[in-house]
Amino acid sequence: MLVFLLRRVMQSGVALLVMSVLVFVGVYAIGNPIDILVNPEADSAEIERATAALGLDRPLWTQYLIFLQKAFSGDFGNSFVHGSSATQLILHRMPATLELAFAALVIAIVLGIPLGLWAGLRPESASGRTIMGLSILGFSLPTFWVGLMLIMVFSVQLGWLPSNGRGSTVDLFGLPVSILTWDGLKHILMPALNLALFKISLVIRLTRAGTQEAMLQDYVRFARAKGLKASRIVGVHVLKNILIPIVTVLGLELGSLIAFAVVTESIFAWPGMGKLLIESISLLDRPVVVAYLLIVVAMFVVINLIVDILYSLLDPRIRLNAAAD
Amino acid sequence: MSSSILPRMTTLRACFVSLALAFAAAPHGASAQELKIGLSSSPVAVDPHFFNNDAVSALCSHIYEPLVAIDADGKLAPALAVSWRTVNDTTWEFKLRKGVKFHDGSDFTADDVIFSLERPATIANSPSSFTTYTKSIVAKKVVDPLTIQLTTAAPAPLLPNDLTRIFIVSRKAAEKATTDDFNQGKVEGGTGPFKLVKFSKGENLQLARFDGYWGNKAAWSSVTLKFLPNDPARMAALLSSDVQLIENVQANLVSQFKSNKDLNVFEKMSNRYMFLYTDHRDTSPFVTDKAGKPLDKNPLKDARVREAISKLIDRNTLTEKVLDKLGVPNANPAPPGMFGHNPNLKPDALDIAGAKKLLAEAGYPDGFGITIFGPNDRFINDEQVLQAIGQMLTRGGIVTKVQTQPMATYIPKAAKKELGFGLLGWGVGGGEPSSPLRGVLATTDKDKGLGASNWSSYSNPKFDATLVEALSTIDDKKREKLFQDAAEIAIKNDHAIIPLYNQVATWASRKGIRYTPRPDEATLAQFVQPE
Repeated sequence: MLVFLLRRVMQSGVALLVMSVLVFVGVYAIGNPIDILVNPEADSAEIERATAALGLDRPLWTQYLIFLQKAFSGDFGNSFVHGSSATQLILHRMPATLELAFAALVIAIVLGIPLGLWAGLRPESASGRTIMGLSILGFSLPTFWVGLMLIMVFSVQLGWLPSNGRGSTVDLFGLPVSILTWDGLKHILMPALNLALFKISLVIRLTRAGTQEAMLQDYVRFARAKGLKASRIVGVHVLKNILIPIVTVLGLELGSLIAFAVVTESIFAWPGMGKLLIESISLLDRPVVVAYLLIVVAMFVVINLIVDILYSLLDPRIRLNAAAD
Repeated sequence: MSSSILPRMTTLRACFVSLALAFAAAPHGASAQELKIGLSSSPVAVDPHFFNNDAVSALCSHIYEPLVAIDADGKLAPALAVSWRTVNDTTWEFKLRKGVKFHDGSDFTADDVIFSLERPATIANSPSSFTTYTKSIVAKKVVDPLTIQLTTAAPAPLLPNDLTRIFIVSRKAAEKATTDDFNQGKVEGGTGPFKLVKFSKGENLQLARFDGYWGNKAAWSSVTLKFLPNDPARMAALLSSDVQLIENVQANLVSQFKSNKDLNVFEKMSNRYMFLYTDHRDTSPFVTDKAGKPLDKNPLKDARVREAISKLIDRNTLTEKVLDKLGVPNANPAPPGMFGHNPNLKPDALDIAGAKKLLAEAGYPDGFGITIFGPNDRFINDEQVLQAIGQMLTRGGIVTKVQTQPMATYIPKAAKKELGFGLLGWGVGGGEPSSPLRGVLATTDKDKGLGASNWSSYSNPKFDATLVEALSTIDDKKREKLFQDAAEIAIKNDHAIIPLYNQVATWASRKGIRYTPRPDEATLAQFVQPE
């Protein structure tokens, strides 16, 4: 276990380092942020001043080494555009994104598992086929289009839900949370559903496949023979067995929900990290882009680690030492 | 209303109180006092001296005011200064407005002006500094609390125009404040019609009416400016009444919005001057013969070729069809009505035969090949405009490839002069045309601060001399004539750049809301009125 953890930490360190080099060079290759930032009315002297003020007058490798040195003490530098700490900017936006991601995850579970069970138990019925057909739509329709359609129907036509922004928030353990207010719930419903759409389809398909497989197993037959009620067989025995792969996949998908909610956040003007990333890229705000991607990589590393450990706890046949190889 | 977060009893009470207030404050039984606006940008600060950026300055204009303002017609107007005059060639005197209060209740005086002129230079990490407008000032003198004299090293006739960019903050409130303090609303140092309530980066700016304002009180007790850079999201927000006013209507929706009986549309010819820069160097990286082989001579260097390109472009088709009428053909950096407008400078008409003749005279009877560059996410229908221009030039024998890219990748390459031929727009602010003349057309000279964006590498000593003389001529009439002459030399005689059109800025509102459109494209809540 300890060897596994140590090895994993070292691997993660290398991944972070490689990532930082790639992003640093990538953003540098796009162009000089000064050309975007400095007002067109500024003269050459002002361009030189701004270049020096943001540390862009040094060669790239010097800039990288300075970044690296500071990064080891947890400081990813100051945003070119905001003038304040890039990490702070991202952490400030993180609660909104986390809330959206978890809301989407809950929707995916609450809608996906029952629908998948139904489709798995009655694969040939009309309802089962409809559910599977809809899940194909959920996979294939582009997020931005579905988002706009949701807005057109529920905001513009029906006027039921607000089209953009985050509702009023209350502080929970020092973090602003919007799902505890009616206004907040109204605001989060559409973006969360939009973000969840793909995951709902995923959960439906996983649950259906698992159910179909489980229903043929001996323990189900035995339970039937024993005279257990169908609801107990499905609700307890089948569900318990099929949940393991679903939990694993959802754990991994949570990472992508958090990191790549960019499209949904832009369409619904959700003030999260994804929107910050897009704005930062368009202004070539390198410190924010680098910090964002490093935080995301670190997050994936942690989630993967937790999933690996959970997996070994749930299924004793899997050993962590083997997983590391 | 955010009242749902309060316990129930408080909610009820709050409702009664707000009902009572609504009746008390609306003697005519008039409209709601809350205004929500959807902006197309996401400004990063409300510190008025941190970042010289149009979106940030427009946001700050709600809270802070300059000495001299630009009115809705693009002309200079008194703001915190009531009048200004030159004492001698290098000294300006500004008479300040009496009885102006800052948001914290303290009085506005000449000392605050001095502080505000000095503060930009103290912000070291500014990504684009306001010192561009203050550094000509070498001495400041308080004559009395409401009179200030500013001395410049050389004659600076444009100082009042420059000072339209500098917002005045209170020394007392802002002396020890950082940019973060401004953003967090800890500084009550403005004199503007609105006070900052809360600035949420990437989300919105909440404002409340400042009841001690010296001028006309705003029609709204509270204003929320929502940052909705995504076009469809902004349109949907207006259609669903989440906001009552938006800026920058999607071009293809303007006519639909105009025929929608629930909406008003407002338009104004913007001072954003759209043109093509052309490479004047001996060789240019993307110029080829018709087969695609690089040319060792640059045809764009010949003024006749540039004139031919100009004559091949059908500006009316561009503005009427490609831009959905959101453009006005224009050759003048100073649009009609602006100081320095030159009525002799007219956009070239479409003349294919004339263009071909010019090309033949220049030694390119069969034309040549070229690539035109530009952004695809910055100006109204920019990509379509470039495609159309590509077709128009190809029709005249200049086989044109079109390459568009996001602004963030396009501008750095263009600034390095790696492209040679491309589209650019220039917001001519400050109420006079010196900034494009100085930045785009003057010979690049670091010491004189000229030609920082001269991506054409155009250089004409006669133009430079005329411009430099204009920049130091105090007499308005003479200076205006010199600006007109300079524009004529570069654009009419030399065809240094190829002027296209000015954009038309658009706003749309729900019925019952009126906006006074502005040529600087800014969206300001103080110019929003109930109908």
